[in-house]
Amino acid sequence: MATDLATLRSPARTAHREVPHTVSPGLWTLAWRRLRSDRVGMVSLAIVVVFIVMMILSGTGLIASDWAREVGVNYAPPSFIGPEQATGPLATPEIGAQTQGAAGAPLEFKSTVVDPLGDVISELKGERPKPAVEAPPPASSAAEEEKSVDPLADVMADIRKGKGKAESAAVEDRKATLPLGGDKWGRDVLKKTIKGSETSIFVGLAAAVLATALGTLFGAIAGYYGKWVDDFFNWFYSVFSSIPDLLLILSVAAVLQRKGTMTIVLILGLTGWTGVFRLMRAEYLKHKGREYVQAADAIGASNGRRMFLHIFPNVSHVVLVQLSILVVAFIKAEVILSFLGFGVPVDVVSWGSMLNEAQNELILGKWWQLAAAGTAMAILVTAFSLFTDALRDALDPKLKGRIRA
Amino acid sequence: MSAKAETMNEATFASKRPAHVPSGEPLIQVRDLRISFRLDRHNTFEAVKGITFDIPRNSTVALVGESGSGKSVTSLAILGLLPPENSVIDPKSQILYGGRNLVRLPPAELRKLRGADISMIFQEPMTSLNPVFTVGYQLEEVLQLHMGMTGRQAHKRAVDLLREVGIPEPERRIKAYPSQLSGGQQQRVMIAMAIACEPKLLIADEPTTALDVTIQKQILDLIADLQKRHQMSVLFITHDLAVVGEIADYVVVMRNGEIREQGPARAVFEAPQDVYTKALLQCRPQLTRRPMRLPVIDDYIQGTGPQHMEERHRGVRASDPIVLDVKNLGKSFFSREGLFGKREFKAVKDVSFKLPKGKTLGLVGESGSGKTTVGLTLMRLHEATTGEAIFEGKDLLSMSPAEFMQYKRRIQIIFQNPYASLNPRFTVGQIITEPMQIHRIGTNAQERTDMAFELLNKVGLSEVSFYKYPHEFSGGQRQRIAIARCLTMKPDILICDESVSALDVSVQAQVLNLLQDLQDEFGLSYIFISHDLAVVKYISDQVMVMNNGEIVEIADSDDIYRNPHQPYTKRLLASIPKGWQGHA
Repeated sequence: MATDLATLRSPARTAHREVPHTVSPGLWTLAWRRLRSDRVGMVSLAIVVVFIVMMILSGTGLIASDWAREVGVNYAPPSFIGPEQATGPLATPEIGAQTQGAAGAPLEFKSTVVDPLGDVISELKGERPKPAVEAPPPASSAAEEEKSVDPLADVMADIRKGKGKAESAAVEDRKATLPLGGDKWGRDVLKKTIKGSETSIFVGLAAAVLATALGTLFGAIAGYYGKWVDDFFNWFYSVFSSIPDLLLILSVAAVLQRKGTMTIVLILGLTGWTGVFRLMRAEYLKHKGREYVQAADAIGASNGRRMFLHIFPNVSHVVLVQLSILVVAFIKAEVILSFLGFGVPVDVVSWGSMLNEAQNELILGKWWQLAAAGTAMAILVTAFSLFTDALRDALDPKLKGRIRA
Repeated sequence: MSAKAETMNEATFASKRPAHVPSGEPLIQVRDLRISFRLDRHNTFEAVKGITFDIPRNSTVALVGESGSGKSVTSLAILGLLPPENSVIDPKSQILYGGRNLVRLPPAELRKLRGADISMIFQEPMTSLNPVFTVGYQLEEVLQLHMGMTGRQAHKRAVDLLREVGIPEPERRIKAYPSQLSGGQQQRVMIAMAIACEPKLLIADEPTTALDVTIQKQILDLIADLQKRHQMSVLFITHDLAVVGEIADYVVVMRNGEIREQGPARAVFEAPQDVYTKALLQCRPQLTRRPMRLPVIDDYIQGTGPQHMEERHRGVRASDPIVLDVKNLGKSFFSREGLFGKREFKAVKDVSFKLPKGKTLGLVGESGSGKTTVGLTLMRLHEATTGEAIFEGKDLLSMSPAEFMQYKRRIQIIFQNPYASLNPRFTVGQIITEPMQIHRIGTNAQERTDMAFELLNKVGLSEVSFYKYPHEFSGGQRQRIAIARCLTMKPDILICDESVSALDVSVQAQVLNLLQDLQDEFGLSYIFISHDLAVVKYISDQVMVMNNGEIVEIADSDDIYRNPHQPYTKRLLASIPKGWQGHA
């Protein structure tokens, strides 16, 4: 009965017999046709492609290479909201004065902001000298504190000088609004988001490729050879996955000792292979007993040939689906890492670092950087997940039915 | 079978069984049933093209056809089990049961009928039973659901049912899980579940195809017996005409969704009107005759008709040169027991035989007899535990893998399932040229491609096939591809492991003819492993019967079929379905 139904389901056989042609659609072509008829899948694929093109253009420096220029006023609001009214000292359009405030003595700053504990502190300060007899040590320690030298004082002074110069030069061109708003330094959030996508998507893709490659290789070897090789990899897997994920990531970060995009790729790649490994091991276990692999053995195909030329194309759809699941997971992981401060260095922008900055901005009511990075990530991740589902539907069902039939 | 029927004297069977007289209205009337399947948005495929037939009360109707004939689809339509998302039953179709049209019946009503009035047994008993419940639980569940019995009543009835279908010690077996029963017993449990509610119609979809021939006979007897005792009708779906001849009162022959011929079994077997029916009856190997080539369906369809064939003489002479000498072959599998213990299971015990050049050694036995293990061990796909296989003066089993590599191409194997043995991701061209690349046959790609074209012609496939993928071919064509792949290495010995068992009768004849032609042309030696005794009889010079890993009997094929010495062989031969013999 199963055979009968399978025969019915494959129209190709009868259709192709009548029409002579030289190149037949392979299973990949058939899968692509199924994918193409999936509307949601195609829309999400288009979105993913747009993001990847954006990443490539930004990576090659064609767009958003000047993301670091401070083109707008500090916290310039998005154009669709319009320039902000001068309500508070932080949003004042008089840049010169503001810069002065920011770069100048922090004491002045204090006076403008209402400190809820101010009264208490001044009271304490006022009271402190009184019980001098009772507690002399605090007094001396306070004196020491005052004496202590700021080791970065010189550097900071230089920076302030340089900054003052640069800003005074650029002061004239600064815009009051930017398409998607500006950040603390007046940088364009739109460009930041595009540049940030470069980092985030690259990290997601590269780490996913690394993790999938590792997982596939280990899984293939363990599943194909079985016996002690399988035992070894299983022990390795069990030990590896017994360590809490975040701890593992932190320890790899500590070993690598460097902050940078490649570091994150390595961290995520080296810790993320376990799921793929388990799946691929199962696939190889299943396939190595199949008749087509036995047939390959019978004609004298070597182990490597059987593993990668014969079995791999038959399980590659699993790899592909795993890969895209991992891309989504790693884009999110990069964002989380950067948000926690273990991610990209300060001079690199990613969605995660944008979200990290946004947590301070949000208190001041500047929501646009959070919105831009969050929306961009949500769109990409959702599109990628939907695409993954469509991909799995296109690759999986009939193929398996046909092999078994 | 039909040859027998034709030659048989009219008087021999006239008295054996009264021709069936249908009493009153038939149980089920199928009228102009059309079923199509949606393939995608634009295309549909018509699987059943307007068929009309009756299932009379208290009789067995056999629906016969090859794969793709629509016989299973028809039976599923009667039960209302077709997948609703991609199947369309033409609204004008009618399946009348007790004045009601089953095609139009709402799902809830149909569900009441299923199990109670109409029930079904499937081909694979192992997959139809739930492995995590005892057979008793599953049987009692049916009784409680449909018959409204209490737990105790159901238990008692379940024991009775198991006894009725011939399961020994039913009180004990009722607590067994499906995996603790043999295949035949599992099928008996399935039958017990099917007849539990005293159905009026039992649909049996290839119920014996997955079973050994001795078990098949028992199950067929059981179904025939139950049919009579419960006065029910049976719709028996099968591809095997020999089985039909043993069990059916009426025969409906289907092909490509159409009925080619229908009528009482006697009429269909003795005087088939349709060319396709005639062809089907002729192209299966018969125990009594051995033509040089088997007739194939095309001979009949194209009207060239059955040519008179000379009988082929089979047998091994003492003077035949020996190509492979197997001595004391043994293969054990080990399973863990306890922490350190190992339990040995001897799949093959002390098997010795000689394979003469250009001859065929048939290897028969039931499942678990070790016949496939012998084949795989000779190929070194399993490592042998003991014994040797002498080929050109060298022992194939003890040499190093590197040394064996040269000999690997000399012994090749064709597997049972052509759907599984070809890599679906390779084109036929890649499949055929791969062994040549591995063994460095042919100097360059062009030469290999030419050789591949030549071989495709030889096995009867067009050159266009070179660029296609396996999924575009039918089972028989795939098996030809597998044969072509083996031939690239110009082997001396070809092991055919159930190579034609999964194929339709007509295709089976074509592949058997091809194998015979190749043997005649290249002087190949075959080890032909099969559970199908008729096929083995046809193709083999010598037959080796195996049971429980041991050789029971080995002799020339004509001798062994005419005059078996061992009781096991006798039992095996006695259970071959004899086809239509006027229900002897």
